Amino acid sequence: MRHETGGDVRGKKGFSPWPPLAILAFAFALGGNILIPPVRAINETPYRTLVGFIALYMAGRYGLSFFRPGVKAAVEFKARFFAAVGIALLAWDMLSTKAGIFPLPFFPGPVQIVEVARADWRELLRSTLYSLRLFAYGFASGTVLGVVTGILIGWSRQWNYWLFPVLKVCGIVPAVAWIPFGMAVFPSSFITGVFMIAICSWFPVALATTNGIASIQISYFEAARTLGADDRFILRHVAIPATAPSIFTGVSAATGLSFCTLIVSEMVGAEAGLGWYINWAKGWSAYSKVYAAIAVMALVFSAVLALLNFVRGKVLAWQSGLTNE
Amino acid sequence: MSSPSIVINSPAAPPVIIEVKNVTRVFWDAREKSEKSVSALENVDLSVRKGEFVSLIGPSGCGKTTLLRLIAGLDAPQSGELLVEGEPVTGTSHERGYVFQQANLFPWETVEENIAFGLKARGVYEEYRGDVAEYIAMAGLKGFERSYPHQISGGMAQRASLARALINRPKALLLDEPMGALDSFTRMDLQEKLLELWQKFSATIILVTHDIDEAVYLSDRIVIMTPRPGRISEIIDADYPRPRSRSSARFVELRNKVLEKFHLAGAEAPVEYAI
Repeated sequence: MRHETGGDVRGKKGFSPWPPLAILAFAFALGGNILIPPVRAINETPYRTLVGFIALYMAGRYGLSFFRPGVKAAVEFKARFFAAVGIALLAWDMLSTKAGIFPLPFFPGPVQIVEVARADWRELLRSTLYSLRLFAYGFASGTVLGVVTGILIGWSRQWNYWLFPVLKVCGIVPAVAWIPFGMAVFPSSFITGVFMIAICSWFPVALATTNGIASIQISYFEAARTLGADDRFILRHVAIPATAPSIFTGVSAATGLSFCTLIVSEMVGAEAGLGWYINWAKGWSAYSKVYAAIAVMALVFSAVLALLNFVRGKVLAWQSGLTNE
Repeated sequence: MSSPSIVINSPAAPPVIIEVKNVTRVFWDAREKSEKSVSALENVDLSVRKGEFVSLIGPSGCGKTTLLRLIAGLDAPQSGELLVEGEPVTGTSHERGYVFQQANLFPWETVEENIAFGLKARGVYEEYRGDVAEYIAMAGLKGFERSYPHQISGGMAQRASLARALINRPKALLLDEPMGALDSFTRMDLQEKLLELWQKFSATIILVTHDIDEAVYLSDRIVIMTPRPGRISEIIDADYPRPRSRSSARFVELRNKVLEKFHLAGAEAPVEYAI
């Protein structure tokens, strides 16, 4: 619940030591890296640039927080967490690159990962774009299909009779189980991937839509009918908008599943994409690349989630103030 | 039982618009624990003239809402006939506007969109789009066009609901305790609004209520219903001049008369009036 997130930190007047401590933690991470030489020679500039940039950004925000109360609250709230991140970075750097205690190649240091990401940025970017394209096609078609299926099942008795059992039985099968089928039937690994992501997002969206339609208050339909609406108008102007919150619940569930299916499908037989990249890097025991790809995934998928949340907020603007969000 | 539906075809009286003939409605999924089926309505007859303001009053379970839903076409009887302007009721129609106890506005639409819903549903929005602002003003909702239903008060929502039904210019307005959930000040406010609209549109109104004062204050005729089985026990003419006063002798007299009928009918009056 939102009102709990601030805890004891947010909104407190006066001086909080945590923001300067967080900046200090990143300064230590940077200083430690500069002062202590690595076990094996490596280009440390990209890592230093990154840590230095983060420290500068935090310092900038901290400076701004003296003028803007909103920024102050946010900076103070996040400061403890960032202080911990800075210390963790320092410890990780010391134990890996600087002391060589973590076994290689499986546990590289942050320096190695950042350097590999810089050196291989073209391939990483290409893979990211491939993954995003596959995700977009599969997720969009699966979601649209899911909404249509859900509406048909929720709306029509005939469709409900024939389609609902299929949805219930086929939907719970993990999409990746269809990989052999997809590879045998479809001409390319790309289409196989689209197919798998589509069916894995189809199920939760269809189910949520069906349930959403089933739980609409009858009085809305009655009101619409007494106002002269026919079935088609009711579907478009009552059933679908009333179900929109449920549809988005299904979409949220589908997003996580789709990310998983996306990576697995790319690991099997694809020629590009982040999943392929990880598999390929693993083949060369280039674990720094594996971690770099994972870091990119974390960033990109977070961005996709943020985008979906933004769309959801726009579509469900009418709900603001009604729900606990 | 007495036959309250006898229509005297005097030339002065406006024509009958709604006829309920010997209607019976039984529910099997009973809420009463002891009974397998409940006769929500048994052999009910009622005629309503054009422009009349009729109240259906009685304790809960007397079938007043069931009767209203049958007239609206939201429900169908097991036996009997329902006629509107001589035509049998086969389903809902925009010509019979219905206002629910809860405002029942669509929460995903703004006040303006809610009020325009009927016009859009019937495909006449372009033609009558100018009406929307007029009905918003009439409902006293100017400035709230872009508000969502949860952002306005209960009284405002109920006025929006009225406007939403009225914009279709229905021949009859069916009101299912639309003021039941409002506080007494808002309720009196809405009663005045309702009278104003009724006169302006020369509408036919059937109002379901359990508030005797409300029925006596608003109606031309008060239909008293009794439960188990749901029946019309008495119809009282409340033909005293308007504008009315809640403290006039005639008002008090009618109010007592209605109360008395409840006791004579052997049923309990609604709780708040039980002596």
